[in-house]
This record gives sequence, structure tokens and C-alpha cells, in this order.
Amino acid sequence: MSVSDETTRLATASTPDGASDAPAGLERELEDAFEATVAGEGRVEPRDWMPEGYRKTLIRQIAQHAHSEIIGMQPEGNWILRAPSLRRKAILLAKVQDEAGHGLYLYSATETLGVDRAELTEKLIDSKQKYSSIFNYPTLTFADIGVIGWLVDGAAICNQVPLCRSSYGPYARAMVRICKEESFHQRQGFELLMTLMAGTEAQREMVQDAVDRWWWPSLMMFGPADGDSPNTRQSMAWRIKRHTNDELRQRFVDMTVPQAAALGVTLPDPELRWNDERQAHDFGDIDWTEFTAVVKGAGPCNAQRLAHRRAAHEGGQWVRDAASAYAAKQARREAGEQVA
Amino acid sequence: MSMSDDTTAHVEGDPATDLGTGTPQATWPLYEVFVRGKRGLNHVHVGSLHAPDDRMALHNARNLYTRRNEGVSIWVVRADAITASSPEEKDPFFAPSGDKVYRHPTFYSIPDDVPHL
Repeated sequence: MSVSDETTRLATASTPDGASDAPAGLERELEDAFEATVAGEGRVEPRDWMPEGYRKTLIRQIAQHAHSEIIGMQPEGNWILRAPSLRRKAILLAKVQDEAGHGLYLYSATETLGVDRAELTEKLIDSKQKYSSIFNYPTLTFADIGVIGWLVDGAAICNQVPLCRSSYGPYARAMVRICKEESFHQRQGFELLMTLMAGTEAQREMVQDAVDRWWWPSLMMFGPADGDSPNTRQSMAWRIKRHTNDELRQRFVDMTVPQAAALGVTLPDPELRWNDERQAHDFGDIDWTEFTAVVKGAGPCNAQRLAHRRAAHEGGQWVRDAASAYAAKQARREAGEQVA
Repeated sequence: MSMSDDTTAHVEGDPATDLGTGTPQATWPLYEVFVRGKRGLNHVHVGSLHAPDDRMALHNARNLYTRRNEGVSIWVVRADAITASSPEEKDPFFAPSGDKVYRHPTFYSIPDDVPHL
């Protein structure tokens, strides 16, 4: 009903604290109902009452995820024109198009929380919202395309599969769709690397060089160690996140080691070995200084990525204007015909 | 696939009121997208997108939601044209069906040895 729509609109758009004007007793009741839904593995849907912190956390996380997909088109897009065959070019085009699609699914999910996509884009290009730091590294050779599919998308899958059970319905549903498509991304990357490994010595060296450069940044994709991740606890209580950063990182390492062996590459970590007692791999310390520097903007490509995104957005303005003008003209014509 | 009630409570003004002026709108209207996965199934809500008009909404929906043969038919509907029940009135709104247990076949006890019932 439009009246109730209106109340939702007011609650989500204008008051920073959605239920502040509700009596304290009622708010307590709403919060209890919300907690019970989440604790019972129920799903929260867009127009349900939700604590303001839950909404803000979701907006931050989903927007950051959406931005990562959009910025993530750049390192791979870099190789579309230089792909070594029509087959590889068609695959890479499809993959980059998927990344755009993933960004749009996620912006669409964020919009159900009462923010506007245009506003999120502005925040991204003004550096007010972040994206995954992995995309601030350059793609120097075509082997990087394979390694991104294998390691970067592999890490993304580890992160994202549990998010298909996230408590916020639209986010979980977007993740289901994304995960289905990520599987193609990872497999095409691995196949690309297998092809190179079966080639010349120079091609094998190219693969190893790419693995050396991407391994540690891939491990950083899971975020800070659990002790330094202040939001994790609340996000897990709200069932937005299902596992801690370190749990997911461990799972990724354990999955990847046998794949590296099958490929015939060495993961660049002298401390990486099987721990029989833990039934898991031990691995070396991550360079968190590098991680923090890249997150704060000092990575090799931060400035370039944002400048490119801004140029694409501003350069596309006339296309958006033209489409709007055309739509307005058609609507006027239709209205004129009806009168006549 | 998704459930039907995550249509977005969207926050822009009504773009229809701007149409007469010929000035481009700041943001394109929001459309909700419904896809029929294959013949014999209902259209199901899959998400939303922005587009300047109905035709481009349909094209964008094709590009965004059916890149891998996920559908044989698409509906796009302006989000502001959807009338929805509100979560607040959930209980009273659906209450009339809550106490009518006799609408379910299990309400009737029939001896086990009567066949085909």
C-alpha cells in the first residue's frame, strides 16, 4: 500500500535512527522479534524492521562488495585486447561482463536498504567507500589472468559460498547467483594455467612469477586476522557473516595446496606445510603492513583504478542524459497521441 | 531464486512528474524484474535495475539476468507501480486465513482403509 510504503520510505531515508520516534517499549519488542528471527535462521527481508546498526553494516559490506566487482573489471579488462586467441578473448569478455553483472546484482541488493546506486557510485569515486585491496595490484602478464581466476576468484568463492546463507534475504539471493557464475571463473583460470604449464619453459616461468606475485595478496583478501577484526563478532551474531576471516583463510589454503601440486607450481611460502595434528596446513605470517598500506591507498594501482572509474562514470554522462531525453520525448509523444 | 516481497521501497521522487519538462532526470527509475525460467513455470522475481524507459529496462534485464539461458520470458515493472502489503500489518492482514483449519485436507479424518482419499 502506498501509505505504508511512505512510512518505510521515511524510516529508511530521512531519519538516521529508523525507529527513534517509536516508544521505547515498542522498539524493544521489534528488536526482540528481529533477534529471534535471526537466531532461528530466519531471513530478514527489505521492509522488515531492523536495527540501524544491522542496516549500516549491510550497506557498508554489500556496497564494498559491489564496488569490488566493478573495480575488478579493470585488471582483467587490461588484457581483453591482447588475449592470445579468439577463444581466450571471448572467455575473458564473458568473465568481465559477469563482474559487471555481479556489481549490479549487489547494488540492487543494497538499494533494498534505502540507499541509491548513484549515491554509492559517488562515494566510491570520492574514496568514501572501499573496495577489495586485491584489485590495486597490476596484471603484468597474461598468466595473471589465469592466476586471478584460480586464486583470486577461488578466494572469493571461499568467502562467498557461506554468504549464500546470510541473514539478509536479498544479499543471500544475490550471492547464490554470483557463486554459480564464479565457478566458471575459477575453472577457466585453472585451465588457462594448465595450458601454459604444458607449454614452453618460458611459459611455465611466467605462471610461477604470477603465482609468486598473487599468492600473498590473495590471502589478504580474507581481511585482518580475527584478533584485529572488530566487526566480525557482531556480524556473526547477526548472521551476516558465517565464519571468521582466519577460518576462511585456512580453508582456502587447504583447498589450494593440492591444486598447486596438480598444476606443478610452488606457493611462495617456505613455512607452508601439512600439520598432521591440526589436520590443516601451517603457513607463514602475512605482511599486514603491506595490507594496511594498500587499503589506505598506497598500493601500486589505487590512484589509477579510481581515476579510471571516475573517467568512465563522467564520460558516460552524455549517454545517460541522451537516454533520459529520448525517454522523455517518447513519453511526451505518447501523451500527445492520447490527447489527439 | 527469490521470494516476491523484496520489491524495493525506493526513495527517489516520482519520475513520471518530470516527463513533461524534457529535462533529463538525475537518476533513472527503478524496475523490478521477473523471469520465467522455462515454459510451465511462473515468472519469479529475480532483482531490480535502473533504466530510462520500459524498452531499455527489458534489454538491460536480458543482459543482466539471462546471460546463461536462465529464462524464456521477462517482465519488467516500474517499482513505483507495485502495490505491496506492509510488514507492519502482517498479522492482521493475513489473520482471516489463520483460524480456518477446515480449508486443509488434513482437517478431515477418514478411516485408513478407505482407498484413494
